[in-house]
Amino acid sequence: MSDPAPDTAAAADPAADKRSNRGGGPASSTSPPSAMAKQSWRDWLNDDAPKSRRQAKLAAWYRAWGELRANPMAMFGFYILVALVLIAWTAPLIAPHDPFDQDLAARLRPPGSAGYLLGSDSLGRDILSRLIYGSRITLYIVALVALLAPVVGLFVGTAAGYLGGWLDVVLMRITDIFLAFPRLILALAFVSALGAGIENAVLAIVLTAWPPYARIARAETLTIRNADYIHAIKLQGASALRIITRHIWPLCISSLVIRVTLDMAGIILTAAGLGFLGLGAQPPSPEWGAMISAGRKFILDHWWVATMPGLAIFTVSLAFNLLGDGLRDVLDPKKNSK
Amino acid sequence: MTNLLDVENLTVEFPTRTGPFEAVRDISFSLGRERLGIVGESGSGKSITGRSILRLIRPPGILKANRIALEGTDLQTLSEKQMRDVRGHKISMIMQDPTVSLNPVMKIGDQICEAYRLHAKASKAEARAKTLAMLEAVLIRDPERVFNAYPHEMSGGMGQRIMIAMMLIPDPQILIADEPTSALDVTVQKEVLEIMDKLVRERGMGLIFISHDLNVVSTFCDRVLIMYSGRIVETCRADALHEAKHPYTRGLLNSLPQLEHPVDRLQVLQRDDAWREAASVSGAVKVGAAVKSGKAV
Amino acid sequence: MALSDDTADGERQRKLPFSAFLKGAWQVLWTVLITMIGLLAVTFIIGRVMPIDPVLSVVGESASQATYDAAYKELGLDKPLITQFLLFLGNVLQGNFGESLLTARPVSQDLIRVFPATLELATVGIIIGIVLGVPLGVVAAVKQNSWIDHIARVIALIGYSMPVFWIGLIGLLVLYGQLGWVSGPGRLDIFYVDIVPTVTGMILVDSLLARDMDVFWNAVSHIILPAGLLAYYSLAYISRMTRSFMLEQLEQEYITTARVKGLSERAVIWRHAFGNVKVPLITVIALSYAGLLEGSVLTETIFSWPGIGSYITTGLLSADMNAVLGGTVVVGLVFVCLNIFSDLLYKFFDPRAK
Repeated sequence: MSDPAPDTAAAADPAADKRSNRGGGPASSTSPPSAMAKQSWRDWLNDDAPKSRRQAKLAAWYRAWGELRANPMAMFGFYILVALVLIAWTAPLIAPHDPFDQDLAARLRPPGSAGYLLGSDSLGRDILSRLIYGSRITLYIVALVALLAPVVGLFVGTAAGYLGGWLDVVLMRITDIFLAFPRLILALAFVSALGAGIENAVLAIVLTAWPPYARIARAETLTIRNADYIHAIKLQGASALRIITRHIWPLCISSLVIRVTLDMAGIILTAAGLGFLGLGAQPPSPEWGAMISAGRKFILDHWWVATMPGLAIFTVSLAFNLLGDGLRDVLDPKKNSK
Repeated sequence: MTNLLDVENLTVEFPTRTGPFEAVRDISFSLGRERLGIVGESGSGKSITGRSILRLIRPPGILKANRIALEGTDLQTLSEKQMRDVRGHKISMIMQDPTVSLNPVMKIGDQICEAYRLHAKASKAEARAKTLAMLEAVLIRDPERVFNAYPHEMSGGMGQRIMIAMMLIPDPQILIADEPTSALDVTVQKEVLEIMDKLVRERGMGLIFISHDLNVVSTFCDRVLIMYSGRIVETCRADALHEAKHPYTRGLLNSLPQLEHPVDRLQVLQRDDAWREAASVSGAVKVGAAVKSGKAV
Repeated sequence: MALSDDTADGERQRKLPFSAFLKGAWQVLWTVLITMIGLLAVTFIIGRVMPIDPVLSVVGESASQATYDAAYKELGLDKPLITQFLLFLGNVLQGNFGESLLTARPVSQDLIRVFPATLELATVGIIIGIVLGVPLGVVAAVKQNSWIDHIARVIALIGYSMPVFWIGLIGLLVLYGQLGWVSGPGRLDIFYVDIVPTVTGMILVDSLLARDMDVFWNAVSHIILPAGLLAYYSLAYISRMTRSFMLEQLEQEYITTARVKGLSERAVIWRHAFGNVKVPLITVIALSYAGLLEGSVLTETIFSWPGIGSYITTGLLSADMNAVLGGTVVVGLVFVCLNIFSDLLYKFFDPRAK
């Protein structure tokens, strides 16, 4: 660039400089220009002047990915989650035992016993195999909640924010009422009303989880709604529905994604809590929370029965937290809290 | 007799992704009991220069200088504790925007008293009396009320007067005014400047006036340094500014409208990369040759 | 002089007229009212959906059809839903949540009995959380990216990621079962029960009032583990929030002003930056306190703590609908009250909000 103004201005304000520096990370991977053909893809993605909208979008994702990769903690979380998905996918292949197979002769074996790497529970079932199969339930719950809750929030929030008026007042009042409830207790009450079970647990968590997303979506909508380009689209005759679905929703996505990733850990913990209280997945299902509950009776003498599933829950929710933190740093430069 | 302030070969660096960036590059200047203007566009390094003198460059910024001497003592050799005694007490600074430079949850009176009591071991009652007097000195009509008010209740002009009062109450020898009026309405700019100018002259202080406004600087200063891209490109007496030779200064002057010499179309400033590479001009003045202050306002 | 304009300008929004204050108070009251009615409506709906026949729970399985019908009428189940809701509302307003199946006593009485236990637990937890979390957050912000910042981050991450019921069990296993450093489940050892007269229902307070230090220390040894656990969760949240508030404030220009004045870093951080953080922290602490009341549901189950959390969960498992709804309403009301309280404190402490 011939004009020196932009970078001088940025550096003249030490705070601004620090910000941009932190956001960028030490290795923001401006890959050295290389003439190799293999690198042409990367060059295309790193192009300063994208030729198409698709290229610009892909380049933005590529850069975000590059920044995320520079964050070892976030990548650690990412790899754990990839491993989790693989484990859930290949469960029948890698599990040493059938998770439901009882062997009363081999009950409460300590970890490290032959054939029982993580020990066995009070019915002689292999804890490792149950954990492996349990990952499917965890992923199932997390995926369902992560798909449903933000969508409900998105609908409510954008409708309230864009249409405004009494609809806004009513919807936001309802949101506030749900927010006023302690989440776990509301979920408990819901599950007890609907009956125990995984689907009802998911429903209960969704019912308690959507209000924050509605708030976020509404806030985003309010800032977008009055932007000049929305006015321009309106003048071209676009309908409210089109504006919301084509122009407002896409812009809400990134803040919702960050929030969802950060909330995943909480979802897992709530689901496990419901399972622990006997309101989620029912026995003999190898749900991790229910496994802790079952091991509770033996905690003082046979510590591993309750400890192992707890470690599994902890590992997965830690992974989500690490990844969520990293994603927030990458996608939301406003909040530069590391 | 020495100068109030001697700065020799000051460089300030900030690390960036593309390597260290020098916001200020190897500049030297001095200050007597005079009013020194530093002019430049945003990003020219003038504000950083002001903060360097107070050693307020925060990490990761790096400050390098042969000497930053206050009355012969090199500030770089002082401990952080000794430096705190210099700040406010010997050298003070007025910042650009009073609406963000005053603590929003502290009463104005408390903020000024705090500045006074830090350096003058005074009782609360004394500090209060002194603060009220100082508020009066910056022409605030109802000091009692302002004393008990919070910053958000004040307008920008009032805020900057409060800032002046707060920075002058410990009686510093040098005042750095970093764009003190840029955030204010044009109508109150002149009042605030006149208040500041009067107090600075009454107290015989040295003033470093940082601004992008050539007109204001030439009115309120004795001597002017013109900065571009982290270095001093020219230095001259304020009343001789129109005789400035450097093409950058000329460009700045030509881009200003003038009542006496109306032109159809103002010149657009053309920058030359060579200016950035050229060595800095020294803004130092030999001891004893300091320009006499006292130019009529 | 031209100054007069400027001074008058400074008078802007100086004092709120009383009528505006009334209007504000009315608005707050209105919001609270609507929220509470909504809360009760949700609870009512949940109660209606429950696959438990409320009549059967009153008259028993073996009652005749006539008795059943009479009870059906008496409970108002023949009336339209809205009338039923109003009835429910009226009952709740009188503090009448019906009778608990399990204890065979009015739910309201049960709630009065169990609530102090939860309050005691959550309060001890939040106090520990504030005392440790706020300084940790401030130091982490001031020494950003230092080892202490990283440690604070790890502490918080672990706190966010651990299931409270699991770590509670592990805590019992290690600190009680293996090391014997703390007492086990319950609020007191059996020999200390019912020694001090109940005044507040909080044993720590009651034993101090009765000057019975044995009971007090026994209660401490029981509460320290569950309260410490809850404290850890609030510490994780409070320290993170404190850190991000502090980072935001430390970048503000008035911090430079404070440094220019020659203030020590200590004064800059605690008097100026922290002075501005205090106000938003109030909200965080209120939220966190509410979170602890909620977290107590699982914690109390683990530690057999006879509080509102245990009350609700036992009610759930034994299909004691009145107990569950009563407990839910009370916790919900406490939530709403905490929110309002933090709003009011905010308005009180932030000069800009007046």
